[in-house]
Amino acid sequence: MSIDMYAEEIISHYEHPHNKGELKDANVSMHEYNPLCGDDLTMYLKIKDGKIEDVKFKGTGCAISMASASMLTDFIKGKSISDIERMGLPTIIELLGIDPGPARLKCATLSLRTVKEAAFLYQHKEIDRATKDL
Amino acid sequence: MMIRLAGTKKIARGTNSYKVDFPIFETKMNGKPLIYLDSASTSQKPRQVLEAIDDFYRNYNANVHRGIYKIAEKATSEYTNSKEKVAKFINAGSMQEIVYVRNATEAINIAALSWGEHNIGKGDGIVLTQMEHHSNMVPWMLLAKRKGAKIDYVELDKRNGKLDMSSLKYALDKRPKLVAFTHASNVLGIITDAKEITRRAHKAGATVVIDAAQSVPHMEVDVRDIDSDFFAFSGHKMLGPTGIGVLHAKRDLLESLEPIMGGGDMIRSVLYDSVSWNDLPWKFEAGTPDISGGIGLGAAVDYLSGVGMRKVREHEKKLTRYALEKLKGIKSVTVYGPEEKDMENRGGVISFAIEGVHPHDVAQIFDSEGVAIRAGHHCAMPLVTQRLGVASLSRMSFHIYNDESDIDTAVKAIEKVKKIFRVK
Repeated sequence: MSIDMYAEEIISHYEHPHNKGELKDANVSMHEYNPLCGDDLTMYLKIKDGKIEDVKFKGTGCAISMASASMLTDFIKGKSISDIERMGLPTIIELLGIDPGPARLKCATLSLRTVKEAAFLYQHKEIDRATKDL
Repeated sequence: MMIRLAGTKKIARGTNSYKVDFPIFETKMNGKPLIYLDSASTSQKPRQVLEAIDDFYRNYNANVHRGIYKIAEKATSEYTNSKEKVAKFINAGSMQEIVYVRNATEAINIAALSWGEHNIGKGDGIVLTQMEHHSNMVPWMLLAKRKGAKIDYVELDKRNGKLDMSSLKYALDKRPKLVAFTHASNVLGIITDAKEITRRAHKAGATVVIDAAQSVPHMEVDVRDIDSDFFAFSGHKMLGPTGIGVLHAKRDLLESLEPIMGGGDMIRSVLYDSVSWNDLPWKFEAGTPDISGGIGLGAAVDYLSGVGMRKVREHEKKLTRYALEKLKGIKSVTVYGPEEKDMENRGGVISFAIEGVHPHDVAQIFDSEGVAIRAGHHCAMPLVTQRLGVASLSRMSFHIYNDESDIDTAVKAIEKVKKIFRVK
């Protein structure tokens, strides 16, 4: 992957992340960790009538993981749980505007993986293989 | 200055006369000449090593210790010869003390599974240090779990980051059965006083295991002078191929141990109701070994001996001092490990952090400049996350093929990182 990875928008989301913090009235939260680089992320979701009413995240990590969390939390507000279940790597590529490539894949998809796991947890469902493999 | 190799592309020679021996430097990374600063992870291979492996497969590929025909004899003698070379290289008593394994990790695991299994019991003490690589921690953690043994960690001195000798004394006063420590840290670059630690550990009645993965490739070592019981290192970090490593142990110790893997080549005789072991070192090498790996390692030892390990060490000291001085002058960059005035105790490994930028982003931007560095916890997670208190670090590390211009390019890459991330 090239330097395009650090487009102005990604750096700007990293420096000034949207939806950063803890969501006090969340009804589900999920913590995930990327052992390769130590990216550490907690997602807080407030779900009402099957829709994401609000979402915030807390964590530390590289620019790619943090920018992707910032962009994804913007993106999923108002979306339904079934929308989230359908999301995958293409969602992240579209949001970031770049293909993270194999070395940074786990950084880029950590936020989506965490959101999807939270959605499974909220529904008392087993996490599916596609989510685990993200 | 450019040097043209027969039938190959140009390699920028810079100030380094060894670089031309390494064909990888014909490779471009992201359109730029490859600057390889990740030798602590794995080293590059000189043409001499590649040719030795190629020669074996092309011209005398046969199994060892079996065939009564010319090429099998040659394969056997070249493979055995490589052990003679390795033994001489580390000043072992004889080649019987050189057991080939996959890597330093496997060597330490074998020490734990053979010696450890029969000598460590419930409540026994195992002493490690706070700066161990996972390879010299996890095998002992597994053993301690199986046996109910206790692990103590020798602390790092808060002032200079080196091993705290009073902490070692405290640990040794409890009369541990085993002391296992690194000869050179893959994170901090610290070179430990292996001889002195071994002397003290022996005095306390402990057996000594040394992880020499980061020392043997970069400096002169003498296992008889150090007097270690087990000594482990990898071929791939010392210009040799992957898949071959060395467990050195004192001959008496190896004689007394039971093998942990059984199969062909490690036996003297097998009957339906009895089995006896082959002579050393073959007793510990079940099945067809990594013949090409052994031969490749022998060629790597020849290459390093040709350069001279004192010269390798002097070259890396000079480079490390140069890099440390350069890095010190860059605002918002923190360097870990001993300072440049303490080069006697420091190897060519420099971990660093750029304020506000995650090491993975640092490595990515270095990559765009053609510079390979490592980012992460460097398989020493407790040291990095618990002792140094950071999630991960960037690391540059050197070998004989690096020169000052490589470091200058790395410094430019740091400036680029700072520009992109708007670091002051």
